[in-house]
Amino acid sequence: MSKLTHLSLTEARDGLAKGDFSARELTQAHVEAVEACRSLNAFITETPEQALSGADASDERRRKGEAGVLEGIPLAIKDLFCTQDVLTTAGSHILDGFQPQYESTVSANLWAAGAVMLGKTNLDEFAMGSSNMTSYYGGVENPWRRSGSNEPLVPGGSSGGSAAAVAARCALGATGTDTGGSIRQPAAFCGIVGMKPTYGRCSRWGTVAFASSLDQAGPMTRTVRDAAIMLRGMAGHDPKDSTSVDTPVPDYEAAMTGDVRGLKVGIPKEYRIDGTPAEIDAVWKQGIEWLKAAGAEMVDISLPHTKYALPTYYIIAPAEASSNLARYDGVRYGLRVPGETLDDMYEATRGEGFGAEVKRRILIGAYVLSAGYYDAYYNKARRIRTLIANDFKAAYEKVDVVLTPTAPSAAFGMGDKMDDPVAMYLNDVFTVPASLAGLPGISVPAGLSGEGLPLGLQLLGQPFEEGTLMKVAEVLETAAEFDALPQIIS
Amino acid sequence: MTIIEGKTGPWEMVIGLEVHAQVIANSKLFSGAATAFGAEPNSQVSLVDAAMPGMLPVINEMAVEQAVKTGLGLNAKINLFSEFERKNYFYADLPQGYQISQFLHPIVGEGTIILDLEDGKTREVGIERLHLEQDAGKSLHDQHPTMSYIDLNRSGVTLMEIVSKPDMRSAEEAGAYLRKLRSILRYLGTCDGNMDEGSMRADVNLSMRRPGEPFGTRTETKNVNSIRFVQQSIELEAKRQVAILEEGGTIDQETRLFDASKGTSRSMRSKEEAHDYRYFPDPDLLPLKIDAAWVESLKKDLPELPDAKKQRFIDEFGLPVYDAGVLVADQETAAFYETVAKGRDPKLTANWVIGDYFGALNRTSGANLGNAPVDAAKLGGLIDLIADGTISGRTAKEVFEAMWESGKDAAAIVEEKGLKQISDTGALEGIVDQLIADNPGQVEQYKGGNAKLIGWFVGQVMKATQGKANPGMVNQLLKKKLD
Repeated sequence: MSKLTHLSLTEARDGLAKGDFSARELTQAHVEAVEACRSLNAFITETPEQALSGADASDERRRKGEAGVLEGIPLAIKDLFCTQDVLTTAGSHILDGFQPQYESTVSANLWAAGAVMLGKTNLDEFAMGSSNMTSYYGGVENPWRRSGSNEPLVPGGSSGGSAAAVAARCALGATGTDTGGSIRQPAAFCGIVGMKPTYGRCSRWGTVAFASSLDQAGPMTRTVRDAAIMLRGMAGHDPKDSTSVDTPVPDYEAAMTGDVRGLKVGIPKEYRIDGTPAEIDAVWKQGIEWLKAAGAEMVDISLPHTKYALPTYYIIAPAEASSNLARYDGVRYGLRVPGETLDDMYEATRGEGFGAEVKRRILIGAYVLSAGYYDAYYNKARRIRTLIANDFKAAYEKVDVVLTPTAPSAAFGMGDKMDDPVAMYLNDVFTVPASLAGLPGISVPAGLSGEGLPLGLQLLGQPFEEGTLMKVAEVLETAAEFDALPQIIS
Repeated sequence: MTIIEGKTGPWEMVIGLEVHAQVIANSKLFSGAATAFGAEPNSQVSLVDAAMPGMLPVINEMAVEQAVKTGLGLNAKINLFSEFERKNYFYADLPQGYQISQFLHPIVGEGTIILDLEDGKTREVGIERLHLEQDAGKSLHDQHPTMSYIDLNRSGVTLMEIVSKPDMRSAEEAGAYLRKLRSILRYLGTCDGNMDEGSMRADVNLSMRRPGEPFGTRTETKNVNSIRFVQQSIELEAKRQVAILEEGGTIDQETRLFDASKGTSRSMRSKEEAHDYRYFPDPDLLPLKIDAAWVESLKKDLPELPDAKKQRFIDEFGLPVYDAGVLVADQETAAFYETVAKGRDPKLTANWVIGDYFGALNRTSGANLGNAPVDAAKLGGLIDLIADGTISGRTAKEVFEAMWESGKDAAAIVEEKGLKQISDTGALEGIVDQLIADNPGQVEQYKGGNAKLIGWFVGQVMKATQGKANPGMVNQLLKKKLD
């Protein structure tokens, strides 16, 4: 038997079911792994006691024959999900000491399915970032290094802690949230699988909001099948979230037949962007060859409004954020920095409580919504968003899925791009369009860059066709035979 | 219309009202928290109302139904598509940092309201729109020397903002508008209209102009919480504006606060200081789409509203416009009247309800239709005794007072006090004959042409019977014997 932390979630599930090991043993191994990887700064809060008592309770349920679909599986939770009585920070100083009295629907669903919580993972502050560098709790190190270099690299963001924890074998899976690529891009940077489901598939209730019309929770795991199992435990209609969709959650594994013969894969020409490194193009071409070899049919498609996606996203997301973050005012919870007057208190609290990137986006958001600029920015962005969604609708008349690279580069150094927000925002160029359209997407590790860093391929699907995405993603995964390990554990 | 004669000529008021009416519902607009008035501070606050991280609003169907009913009651257009937007501003009693309201797409569009004026005339005032929104919490500034306390019980409670067109021209019309609106809301059961509990509040928009000229610059006086204060604030603001305009000054477009205790107002913020609320559609909520068939079914189930009831009282009962207006102002009063009037003379009933009955209610503190010592059946019994000649109208007043005191039936009191009217022809004839025989002089004078003396004869009969003689019959008998 291999090391328990090196099992996939699927293998662990099967091992638990067969009685090869207990949830307690599995969890103990992961609790130790979490401690061993503290240098990564992947966790803001570790919850080993909760994990072990949760594991014992899980073993008890299994004895009684009450095992859920994630029974005994130790998971890490992005610190954007509110967890009852456990510090929830959103990576921000402004939520200092905040212990929710409630559990987010997504995490509650996971616990109801039998999973066990290892801790809360680090993230960009309020999920705003592509490097995890904007966290008040400090950046996260990517478990990977460039060949022959010891320079610490970013894990991507905003779900950087989750990606690093899963890649470093600290957790069998982790929750992420994706607003413009925050699951898929860090998954690609850390060589793991990350899926952003269709908007409305997972409840947003109890998840700290960044941009409400875009935020969507999803699984981050080491294999596609793991993601399929975990998503099944997370998803579902929630009457407490008006934007959650009331459609049944299928058994995604059942869709994973390995058969993609005749399936039509769209290759959008607009995703060939000048200045993209050759190896990104190469891995994309490789993905095309793999799917062709498996019997799928490639179709050249056009998504003509793609070039407007990034600016559109950086209007809509900050606009919503500027309003969503108004509640952090020092009045009821979290940080309060006193002031002479109410306005002074607001200014002191928010001035100290928010980091630079969050402030930047609040300012952009307030600007694009303000009188005189609303039509030119926010309203225009909404209209373009519709055009982008229509691009995909038209494409899906012809194809079943779309294949693209996940990110325009491999992981970069900690501290790089920090003085150039626009360069940082370009990380999301391939992930943002599907976010705006509310479509599901998955990133699968496809190979290594010349410097030995993971590169990901992204598959985009039709609404609520997560099962189809899982099927195609598994075919890519099988072909890629991605078995490299990050330096921290190899 | 009130024309103010200034030194430089006449001025006309132009008034529009924005009324915030708290919707009658068991829970808040977007959360399940309770809404009862007067609860312990912060005892009716859900996680959503306190804007805890990650909390999401879910629309309360009851609130939507109430808004649609109100729209129907205002003869207004019901918008099958409406949208909630966020109105962004910071205040300590606004936990989300925004109020969820409706802006570009309100649930109810244009409608009308008919004012019943003092002189019995009516006047139509346009409704611009009605939209749903959340109330804020309450700041308590008098609990601590340096801090303010916040009570979030009201946070998230459903309000309907009902915006009139600038169609009113006097404080009296504004008062009539509020009374009529309140009456309609109460008939519909969509708002209790209790201004002293804050469940109805008005913002007064007022400008002055030369009659016939375009609108002037308006001011908005916020949150006035009684009809009387609304009228006072209008008179005050009109005078203030006229004084400025007469001096050649201009009116600043501003928000003002009315201090009812001092009878003064002051500027709260100018146009320059006005908030930029940065409205945008709330991404946590889907657009509100309602079904035309559902609206129709609500329409079918609407109660009879004041205007229709008033017309029916006029047509069916032959009541004067004024009486009908008084009786329908309040749904319970109208129902009370109809109960009493059933099978009785409607006009006589109206006189009794509006006259003696309302009089007694008004002078008895704490009395209302529900607890009054004389209920509909008893009042009806009294009217029956008048109608069948058992007692005279004059005696009935005495009986009514005794009923109000004791709560007894009219018949019992008449019996007890021996107030039964003498309508027996034989008995009255004897008295009349005796009277004629005893007073030949008066008979002489009467026959000689002094017709007024008939009153003296009636008076003597009444005196002889301690007022119990049926006055009509006495008159008839006297005329028969003397003429």
